[in-house]
Amino acid sequence: MEAKTKYLLHLADNPLILGQRLAEWCGHGPVLEQDIALTNSSLDLIGQARLLFQYIASLPGQDTNEDKLAMTRYEHQYLNLLLVEQPNQNFGHTIARQFLYDAFNIIQYEALSEHADEQLKGIAAKTLKEIRYHYRYSSEWVVRLGDGTEKSHHITQEAFNELWRYTGELFNMASYENELQESGYALDVTLLEPEWQNRVSSVATRAGLKLPKDEVMMLGGKEGKHTEHMGYILTELQYMQRTYPEMNW
Amino acid sequence: MLKDDVHIIRKQIAGLLHEVSDPEIPVVSIVDLGMVIDIRPENSHWHIDLAPTYSGCPAIDVIPMLVKTHLAEAGFSDIRIEMEITPPWSTDWISDRGNQKLLAYGIAPPNGRAADQAYEGTPRNCPQCGSEDTELISQYGATPCKASYRCLSCLEPFEYFKCF
Repeated sequence: MEAKTKYLLHLADNPLILGQRLAEWCGHGPVLEQDIALTNSSLDLIGQARLLFQYIASLPGQDTNEDKLAMTRYEHQYLNLLLVEQPNQNFGHTIARQFLYDAFNIIQYEALSEHADEQLKGIAAKTLKEIRYHYRYSSEWVVRLGDGTEKSHHITQEAFNELWRYTGELFNMASYENELQESGYALDVTLLEPEWQNRVSSVATRAGLKLPKDEVMMLGGKEGKHTEHMGYILTELQYMQRTYPEMNW
Repeated sequence: MLKDDVHIIRKQIAGLLHEVSDPEIPVVSIVDLGMVIDIRPENSHWHIDLAPTYSGCPAIDVIPMLVKTHLAEAGFSDIRIEMEITPPWSTDWISDRGNQKLLAYGIAPPNGRAADQAYEGTPRNCPQCGSEDTELISQYGATPCKASYRCLSCLEPFEYFKCF
């Protein structure tokens, strides 16, 4: 597969898998408003993934469509970050995961909305408006929970401790990203780390949370090597298309 | 097609589009929501460009279908619709009439231009009693485009269409 296709799949798989994770909150939110907030974000994310899958399917030589791309690939063909496939656990954990991702994504999509590929640029500009909103939501909740009760602080700190090991991958170049450096098609994600650190640590300070140090970082999702959770997500995500191939509403 | 005919038919199509609304906000037409970008003849058919509001809006697939059905009923059987995401849709594109209809329906319209502010702004006043004394309940409402508020004067909850 071409490096460009892989890169676009990587960009599409992140919102697809995180959108699927957030959708699991439907009917299970801690209060009605937050149930609605998480599932609305899920809709945004799946919408963003759709725009990218539609674009990939429209590229020359692609004999596929958005549904096949989203629903019928094998686990090793999904190129999302390990961070987004981590299970929900509890509301604080979900917010921490969302925040760490949103803080990265806002920087990533600010850069992508200046991209030379007009299609990708257009998708990124549309997506960025939504990501800014998600970031505002997740960062405010990190502060509210971290600076809330003893229990909410503890749960959120635990979530940061546990999720931190998946943040190194955000700034680790995948093979296809390296390949696309010369043409400038892929961002150099290593350059995004300082701003991410600034954003994350300023919110963590306001929340009274400590950021883990010297963690061993887990890598692999961007190359299709996933944690054990991925298979379970795909089982649910792909069930209908696997059982009734090419079914339609 | 003669130039005059094109003009007349375009007006006719635009008039029909005024009768199609987002099923989640039935009082405002897709024209007043600012979703209709272009109506033009192409070869033997008419082409309509629509701007999707939020990328995850569930109405994203329904609206083109509603447009096609409504136009087909009026005799326009060959209509092609394209969703145009660039530039991204903004609440700044909602017409004054659209905003008034939102308010009359009980949804506080976007207050201010999205282009001028980083976030969604706050409602000017409660759509029920007009009080300016309101507070945020949640950044999200029944749809991604709205936030939930409550009025501290009449105590009624209401939705605010966020600047976006």
